[in-house]
Amino acid sequence: MARAFRPCVLTANDLFDGAVVYLDPDGAWTRRPGAARLLEDEAEANRRLAAAAREDAIVDPYLAEAVPASDGRPKAVHVREALRATGPSNYDHGKQAGS
Amino acid sequence: MYRYDSFDRDFVRNRVAQFRQQVERRIDGSLTEEEFKPLRLMNGLYLQLHAYMLRVAIPYGTLDSRQMRRLAHIAERWDKGYGHFTTRQNVQFNWPRLKDVPDILDALADVEMHAIQTSGNCVRNVTADHFAGAAADEIADPRPTAELLRQWSTDHPEFAFLPRKFKIAVSGSPVDRAVTRAHDIGIRIVRIADGELGYEVAVGGGLGRTPVIGSVIRKCLPEADLLPYVESVLQVYNAIGRRDNKFKARIKFTVGEHGIEAFRDRVEERFRLQRKAFGGADRALLERIRAMFAAPAYVQAPTGGFDAALARDPVFRSFVDTNLHPHRNPDYAIVTVSLKAHGATPGDATADQMRVIADLAERYGHDEIRISHEQNCVLPHVHRRDVPAVHAALREAGLATANVGLASDIIACPGLDYCNLATARSIPIAQGIARRMKERGDEREVGDLKIRISGCVNACGHHHVGHIGILGLDRAGVENYQITLGGDGTDTAALGERTGPAFPAEDVVPAVDRLIDTYLELRSDDDEAFLATYRRVGMQPFKAALYPDSASTAGS
Ligand code: HEM
Ligand code: SF4
Repeated sequence: MARAFRPCVLTANDLFDGAVVYLDPDGAWTRRPGAARLLEDEAEANRRLAAAAREDAIVDPYLAEAVPASDGRPKAVHVREALRATGPSNYDHGKQAGS
Repeated sequence: MYRYDSFDRDFVRNRVAQFRQQVERRIDGSLTEEEFKPLRLMNGLYLQLHAYMLRVAIPYGTLDSRQMRRLAHIAERWDKGYGHFTTRQNVQFNWPRLKDVPDILDALADVEMHAIQTSGNCVRNVTADHFAGAAADEIADPRPTAELLRQWSTDHPEFAFLPRKFKIAVSGSPVDRAVTRAHDIGIRIVRIADGELGYEVAVGGGLGRTPVIGSVIRKCLPEADLLPYVESVLQVYNAIGRRDNKFKARIKFTVGEHGIEAFRDRVEERFRLQRKAFGGADRALLERIRAMFAAPAYVQAPTGGFDAALARDPVFRSFVDTNLHPHRNPDYAIVTVSLKAHGATPGDATADQMRVIADLAERYGHDEIRISHEQNCVLPHVHRRDVPAVHAALREAGLATANVGLASDIIACPGLDYCNLATARSIPIAQGIARRMKERGDEREVGDLKIRISGCVNACGHHHVGHIGILGLDRAGVENYQITLGGDGTDTAALGERTGPAFPAEDVVPAVDRLIDTYLELRSDDDEAFLATYRRVGMQPFKAALYPDSASTAGS
């Protein structure tokens, strides 16, 4: 049985360096998880996903469940997405290092 | 060590040139990701969680100082200053940029290295005992055999698209340090009648979500028959291995579904034909390869400084205790450089550390380095008189951790910190256990204990064959860890048995702590290792220690 739709962000990896990117409210790709757009409408989310799949400068787009944090920005639900939003836990690399 | 001939060199260079073109075409939009992905994977380039990852083969784990320095250079110039050595004797770079990868591959080709067949449904990097060519207990050096298999399997047209990936390991000692029974084909060099060497061949081993210990298909294969026999195994697998379901496609399922007897019959039938097709060129090649793996020109000198340092320096003594292994030349020792400092990421080495190891190999080690499947580096040939100097240099570089074979010498896969397939993190668990062992301060007393951690059922961290195995799972988006006990990857191979319900991340270190305490209470004497105690007393007391409140521990 299909799972009920939950709010999510549209995310992918950048073609050039593989960095995690998110669709922002202007329809552009951002590297800042906090700047991602929370997609709350299922049809809209699927439309955006289908469009992203045809884009060339990003790889493997998918919808990742998220919830609004206290400041209204989307926050990852799954530990995997939380790690993608920060970087590995063994070094100060990736987004947490500002790169 | 093996040196490329002009054929090898051209082959590797051409591949880099081809890949450079494909990368350009991907970047300018001529190729879609769908079209490009198989091409990048054929060249060892994966896309992980935060970045691309390039996997470079280190055939049978053997490197010289020039190659190690080149890895250091790559780490610094195109990555974040370190490399990750894996259980399959590969090195992974976690942060390359797509456009730089062809340059990295060219830099590797300069030193006779590449990333070919480090991914995909082909014969992967052939692995071997990391003490190959040096171990006192060795029957014969497994590397010429591994190199023969590498040459035969590289770009073999018939086996470019097998049902699934295919891993071969070779051991040359009675003690299996290459985990051969967990490979699609595991080969052990054995003595057959009067001094003649041959091979014991096992098939259908593997870890992953359905772990299987390989079955012996031939007890004594004459040396001359190796390639025709292995080729026959692959032909049968290629013909009847399942392609309908990728989770049932490894040779272990083929052997399981048909039974080892029927599988053997088919192989033998093929072999009768194959044997005639190999006209002996393979044997001539093996002889040529063997000459390239001749023993180094050992130094004849007194070992005096070694004994003096041993008598004087307790730190040196404990290093010698754990990190040295007997060499076939009694004046020499095998020195393992632990990449498992307590709290470090298992298998990671910085560019500086790689250079220190390269320098030591060049100066004191006949220019040879090995990467072990246990994610450590090895200096296989160090004269005993030089061991104190090597130890001092390692100490200065933070590389003298004296824990080889102990509880903090943990194998851990990259897990959810890097890996796209992961369900939980492995690295922080390994770090936590190692730090705890340091705090306890009794890991020498605890002795031989292999802890292995994987971040998902694929089992890249060998958890099934760990004395204590830890498997990271995902329970509704939260990391959760299952523990197994009693696994063994050596010649007495066994798969670990689950203890019971899984643990949340923060409870794993305390759980391991309780397992170790239980072992210390139960062991018959100081010499009974964890695995032996487990085999003697069974699961029950360990279960009781892990789940003190659970009624389920009462019976069963
Ligand atoms: C980072 C990307 C990686 C991916 C995508 C990956 C993927 C996989 C998969 C899918 C399997 C299961 C194969 C099967 O059951 O048929 C597997 C097994 C295995 N991998 Fe990895 N792995 C990765 C990294 C590693 C690393 C870093 C190591 C070494 C530390 C490693 C060593 C192994 C080993 C030893 C096995 C089990 C042996 C077997 O094939 O049965 N892998 N891997
Ligand atoms: S075991 Fe799983 S998490 Fe670990 S490296 Fe393999 S595929 Fe990734």
